[in-house]
Amino acid sequence: MTGLAVLTVILVLLPLGAIFAYLVYKGIGSIDLAFLTQTPRPVGEAGGGMANAIVGSAVILAIASLMGVPLGIGAGIFLSEYGRNRYGDAVRFVSDVLNGVPSIVIGIVAYGLVVVRQKHFSALAGGVALAIMMVPTIARTTEQMLLLVPQAIREAAYGLGVSRWSTTLSITLRTATSGVITGVMLAFARVAGETAPLLFTAFGNQFWNRDINQPTAALSLQIYTYALSPFDDWHRQAWAGSLVLIVLIVGAVAAVRIVVRHGKLAGA
Amino acid sequence: MRTRFQQQMEELREKLLRMGGLAELAVDRACQAYTERDLTRCQLVLENESLINAAEREIDELAFDILATQQPAAVDLRFILAVTKINADLERVGDQAVNIAERVMDMIELPAVELPVDIPRMATAVSAMVRRALESFVEGKAELAQAVLEMDHVVDRMRDEAFIVLVRRMNEEPQVTQQALDALLVARNLERVADHSTNIAEDVIFWVLGADVRHHAQSVSAAPAPRSESAH
Amino acid sequence: MGVGITVERLNAFYGKTQALFDINISVLANHATALIGPSGCGKSTFIRCLNRMHETIPEARVEGTVRIGDFSVYNGTSATQLRRRVGMVFQKANPFPTMSIYDNVAAGLKLNGFRKRKELNEIVERSLRSSALFDEVKDFLHKKSGASLSGGQQQRLCIARALAVQPEVLLMDEPCSALDPISTGKIEELIFQLKEQYTIVIVTHNMQQAARVAEFTGFFLLGKMIEFDKTEKVFTNPSDKRTEDYVTGRFG
Repeated sequence: MTGLAVLTVILVLLPLGAIFAYLVYKGIGSIDLAFLTQTPRPVGEAGGGMANAIVGSAVILAIASLMGVPLGIGAGIFLSEYGRNRYGDAVRFVSDVLNGVPSIVIGIVAYGLVVVRQKHFSALAGGVALAIMMVPTIARTTEQMLLLVPQAIREAAYGLGVSRWSTTLSITLRTATSGVITGVMLAFARVAGETAPLLFTAFGNQFWNRDINQPTAALSLQIYTYALSPFDDWHRQAWAGSLVLIVLIVGAVAAVRIVVRHGKLAGA
Repeated sequence: MRTRFQQQMEELREKLLRMGGLAELAVDRACQAYTERDLTRCQLVLENESLINAAEREIDELAFDILATQQPAAVDLRFILAVTKINADLERVGDQAVNIAERVMDMIELPAVELPVDIPRMATAVSAMVRRALESFVEGKAELAQAVLEMDHVVDRMRDEAFIVLVRRMNEEPQVTQQALDALLVARNLERVADHSTNIAEDVIFWVLGADVRHHAQSVSAAPAPRSESAH
Repeated sequence: MGVGITVERLNAFYGKTQALFDINISVLANHATALIGPSGCGKSTFIRCLNRMHETIPEARVEGTVRIGDFSVYNGTSATQLRRRVGMVFQKANPFPTMSIYDNVAAGLKLNGFRKRKELNEIVERSLRSSALFDEVKDFLHKKSGASLSGGQQQRLCIARALAVQPEVLLMDEPCSALDPISTGKIEELIFQLKEQYTIVIVTHNMQQAARVAEFTGFFLLGKMIEFDKTEKVFTNPSDKRTEDYVTGRFG
């Protein structure tokens, strides 16, 4: 029986390992300092890098997180603590539906909401699109994690004369912290690689951009554009970009995990 | 509920009743031996004494066991405490029966003498007390126990009268001193049996009503009203 | 110092179901009062009515008056204010798992805005001493979480936590039912000492425990209080036959 279990684990990890290995194989050769610090060269010219795309992705993800995480956690708190009723069920339903909406449609929605109003593409619009995608995941996992906190813990707080709201934030949420963060990281990792929503929102940019209200480069967009192009050099850079993207996502998640573990008490 | 506990309590009750029967029989036999100057009966009383003693040990052991393992409360607790006390009184009753029998065995060696004291009547009264005390235990009725308490006065008076009469006789006719003394001692033994019966009655009242009426602490009429169900 | 509790004509409902019928009780200050009765008899509901914890269940409703000391529980005071004067210890020890031992004890104070470091230190130490736990945990107050202690220690931690807010009344809902005899003994010992400063109401399934720690005992059955008297009377010669049947194990 154990053998079977081990076998299935290997089978599942195999594609993951294969992808990663292939990425490394194809991309590692193209990653150099130039790639990481320079902007793309004009069409036809060799060399250049994706520095602006790396920074752009970071900016867009930061905007998305700033909007999506509080909203998602707030929704999760509502669903778990105050939403054990039909109203909460409606919210849950809507959240699940939103989760299933194709990412390109969300991109178009963000386009209509932000880009059309502002009359230009922007990192902000990209952030909005990704935030919309983050919220359902974060809300649902936050809700589940909060529900896992035993009612006895809440009662202990009530018994001490702590108000319901204070209990929810300082006790319940705090007890579920590591689970909630996992949910946030899941959402983050998912949207970090999204391309379609950024097509009509961030749009992409060949140059450095300091203004979030302007079209901004993003790694996923850049990889997309380069991969579809007829240029070998760009293909090479696309592989490199993919590898960088994966490494950055894994790195971010790992860093958060380490910080969280460091803050935990012995025996908690 | 608590089948094993109920079984043990029932066993305790039956053992005590059997012991009571043995004690009652011993007293009756000893008194008959006195009236009929019968040696055989005396010997029977002495032989059966060991049965009474064995019963006392068994009952104490069982009561102790129940106390330790079943944590009885309220009426059950009172029942067990009462049983251990009644146990001791019954054993003393057995002892008194033996004393009477030994007295009678002495008496038979001497010529019979007409004495102005009616030991048989006293014996009947005392025997009735023992029986009623045991009855009150069987039925769990405080009224029956209370009746025993009242009968004690009668027996006390009988003993006092016997004392006066026999001492006078001993002064008037010193040659019958031995027989008179024997009769006096038997009277005293009977009075002790009556006392033990009274103790038994008081213990029954404690069990049934939860009232401690020993040493005339409280009369039954002032105690809380008896309940319809008792420990068995 | 503890205060007395007076309950008059208390009726409690969960939606349409009535859980308590016309309860009248006077709990003496600085004494321990035990509440016994079979499962579902309402004793836990009753104790929760004393600090309005029953309100955490939707559709819970109460009629009647409860007075703790000189103030009324249901008119005027807010539930959170009330609960700072009436502490509660639950059946299963529930320390906050992500907080250190120190933070657990200080939780009631910190979460209500009290932040003075020096006083907090004193209060935490005093509460842990009151619950006979200080010596066992003083070396790792800040390093270990509340959940890393043994069952009996956790329960004592919860007692310390409840005592830290300096209530006048301590409600205990079957505090020892999940503990081994030695831990139970320690907590019973504690209750004995705590009586001097607090009024204690303890719900228990264990009649011998009620007999050991409480001067007064109330017997609940099907939402009614059948008998309330000195403990020794309830256990040696109760007035009501139902009490006797329960206490002797004939039912329940």
